[in-house]
Amino acid sequence: MKAALDIRDLSVDYHTRAGRLHALRNVDLLVPDGEVVGLVGESGCGKSTLISAVLRLLAENAEVPGGEIVLDGTDLLSLSDAEMRLRRGRDVSVVFQDPMTGLNPVLTIGRQMIDIQHREALSRAARRERAVDMLARVRIPDPASRMDSYPHELSGGMRQRVAIAMALMMNPKLLIADEPTTALDATLEVQIIELLQELQGEIGCAILFISHHLGVIAELCQRVVVMYAGSAVEEGGVRDIFHAPAHPYTKALLDCDPGRIRERRQTLPSIPGSLPDLTAPPPGCIFADRCTKADAGCGATQPPRIDTAPGHWATCHFAEAMR
Amino acid sequence: MSGPLLKLEGLHVRFSAARGIRSLLAGREKQTFDAVAGVSLEIEPGECLAIVGESGSGKTTLARAINGLTPIAEGKAWISGEPLHDKPDWTAVRRQTAMMFQDPVGSLSPRMTVRNLILEPFRIHGIAIGEPERKARKLLAAAGLSQEFLDRYPHQLSGGQARRVGVARALALDPALLLADEPTAGLDVSVQGEILTLLNKLRGELGLAILIITHNLNIIRHVADRIGVMYLGRLIETGPVEEVFANPAHPYTRALLAANPEPDPDARLTRIALKGEVPSLLARPKGCEFHPRCPWAHEDCATRAPDLASVSGARRKARCLHPFPDFECRSEAAGGK
Amino acid sequence: MSIAERSSFKYTAVGRLMSDPLAVAAVTIIALLVLCAVFADAIAPYDYKALNVRERFAPPSFVHLLGTDNLGRDTFSRLLFGARIALFVGLTSVGLAALIGLMLGMVAGFGPRWLDNAILFLFDTLRAYPTIILALALGALLPPGLGTVILVVVLTTFSEYGRVARTQTQALSAQEFIDAERAMGASPARILFMHILPNVLGPFFILAAINLPVVITIEAGMSFLGVGVAPGTPSWGATLKDGFDYIRNTPWLIVSGGIPLVLVTLGFTFLGESLRDVLDPKLRKER
Repeated sequence: MKAALDIRDLSVDYHTRAGRLHALRNVDLLVPDGEVVGLVGESGCGKSTLISAVLRLLAENAEVPGGEIVLDGTDLLSLSDAEMRLRRGRDVSVVFQDPMTGLNPVLTIGRQMIDIQHREALSRAARRERAVDMLARVRIPDPASRMDSYPHELSGGMRQRVAIAMALMMNPKLLIADEPTTALDATLEVQIIELLQELQGEIGCAILFISHHLGVIAELCQRVVVMYAGSAVEEGGVRDIFHAPAHPYTKALLDCDPGRIRERRQTLPSIPGSLPDLTAPPPGCIFADRCTKADAGCGATQPPRIDTAPGHWATCHFAEAMR
Repeated sequence: MSGPLLKLEGLHVRFSAARGIRSLLAGREKQTFDAVAGVSLEIEPGECLAIVGESGSGKTTLARAINGLTPIAEGKAWISGEPLHDKPDWTAVRRQTAMMFQDPVGSLSPRMTVRNLILEPFRIHGIAIGEPERKARKLLAAAGLSQEFLDRYPHQLSGGQARRVGVARALALDPALLLADEPTAGLDVSVQGEILTLLNKLRGELGLAILIITHNLNIIRHVADRIGVMYLGRLIETGPVEEVFANPAHPYTRALLAANPEPDPDARLTRIALKGEVPSLLARPKGCEFHPRCPWAHEDCATRAPDLASVSGARRKARCLHPFPDFECRSEAAGGK
Repeated sequence: MSIAERSSFKYTAVGRLMSDPLAVAAVTIIALLVLCAVFADAIAPYDYKALNVRERFAPPSFVHLLGTDNLGRDTFSRLLFGARIALFVGLTSVGLAALIGLMLGMVAGFGPRWLDNAILFLFDTLRAYPTIILALALGALLPPGLGTVILVVVLTTFSEYGRVARTQTQALSAQEFIDAERAMGASPARILFMHILPNVLGPFFILAAINLPVVITIEAGMSFLGVGVAPGTPSWGATLKDGFDYIRNTPWLIVSGGIPLVLVTLGFTFLGESLRDVLDPKLRKER
């Protein structure tokens, strides 16, 4: 299986006043070519650090003690800053939760879509044509006239479409979608998900789709990675993850989703406890103190990565028993 | 006390559109729009009503009008029989209607400790507290937080903890009605359950009535008795939660429910594609205001404006000329969309 | 990162401030200045107004550390007493300007639109007026003295504080916790003083610290132009003016008169910068 993105054993530390904060610890993550991989995790799981690491835009106080981020055969961590700059936007691009993050408010949509092609050896007219074509592909009505609009003149849903068009303009190998539908209403969220599904079929780029919304992940993704407190705890096909979770955290998370509980309940499930202090992570399993299955061994030794099915693994001593 | 706790009759909240310098120079009339356009509803003591809608539907504005944060332009409203539309004593009204805002951390004054935040309602209303320390601990415990949090500042709390502080503060003065604007917004899935359980528990123990404002359909069925769906500032469907979820009468409700992705990769979705986007409040469509987006729109929908009328039983109402009596026969009519 | 409260010294505001070398330098300079001002009588080797015609234009030596001026007065002693004037003018006028600006700015930011417009108009008018022209005009009208200097400084700088206070107040008013207070029934006065004021004060201290040397420079400038303090007062500006007048006889006078100004500027600017790091909650978050 050829991979668009293969993160191996990646660790990221932050130097803070409280000491060294181990924000990511030995994370493995695989995005196969042309697939949509969902990244699920709650606040503090390390999603943002992971994205910054892939883009090589980590904060100044961050350090990468080890690991590889292989994008289309090249380890990004070995590139010079200049080489990395060439890859951002071309090989890997991002769609953010707030589309305005990626759009310049004082330039027209068209100007920005043309500017992004500055490395292409194309005439201005050809660039414009490509931009209009791309806007049409994200189903923006009347794309040619929309080229002259400013971002603020568009509705939230339209802006997110433009942001997606910008991200796909250079045919990236990998699109990172960071909660792209969270700020949108339900009926618009559906439209964006369907759009991403269609575009992925047409363009064939791999997508790393980050969301805390399990319903969206279930619908859009082929594979899912679950992260907790800086560790990837489980990875597998979407059916494996949703129907036969092998990590207690994944199972607890699924059980908590009010959308999965069909009948009315007075008492709803939750995961008691709080995230561990990542300046001094526990010696054993990172989830042990909140886990209902944990025994003395869990607190003492780190669980290995256990394969429970082809392409499905979890870091839990009880992974086999969970199924 | 007899009669409903809260009663709204044709409530309107009006805003004026921001005027550009061009229209000022041209001397154009000041444009106004109704964010809430004639909402009538009732909440019984101890009842939980959920108001659902997308952004711009006026659901938050409705809650803000109930405790006077935005003025009522037209219509009538009563809380425990006291009229709200006729220059009420808002300080007194706000004693019985506690409000929780969307941002759990951002709705807490940043330079106050949890202790002072919880005691703030007593100080505002000049109510003597015998032993403030005990009172603060008791309220914090009722919201499920231990006393170690008393000396923390808001930025030292997680979203779930801050939400609990918000709940503790809302309970301080024994309100009759809790206005909860997106109580689970910004919270992780694993914490949402905690907050919903807490709200349910408080309802049971204190007989608190709750008005929940949310766009999250998933949480409603676990907390609310009735649901009201808003679109462009109007209620377009009301009824008991179970019945509306099982068989929505208004096409918009139907689309909204269908747009809620199932956390199951094998779920077979019957999506309903709505055309276009929500129209501007400055240019409300003629006839039924939903007809330009409605997949089932008939010819008369473009000309006749429907009222919120009873459908399938007295407890349910819908603002639709052709409401769904039941799903099967209608979906065929619409070509199985 | 754990969000538990850390109460050890390292995490208090003062503790964080003292872990910043820039802040330590700033505090040292300012402390020295304050010591000089307070104990000027004890430290100064000579009476600052004692004339000694025989030792006019004396170069720096062990007898006169920084030499003497055209009247034979000991420069070092004059600078020490000058620190007193500088600090007095600086603190009083910054304090007054900040207080007036704070009040007007908060009222403008929180009150009705018309009041906001009226106060803004006042701010803009005063800001548009060049400091030096105002200083010359008032200096000509009023007798020279510290009062005049303070009046000029307050008039020209309070609008700056007012603008900051207004912007902050407006930004805070739009935040959810203010709505939450209103929803609980809090009166406007309570919201303004209990909830907005404490959040406006942080940026205010930063601005005041950065502005203090500016004010001292204005005082020096006015004294230099002769519209500041009364003749004979050992203000730093007056010392500079003497140095300028007799630059051919005593080139060191203008240098030694300038050193305290440079030090004060550096000290308070550093302090302002470090305060910003510590007090700005956005920068403080989990670094």
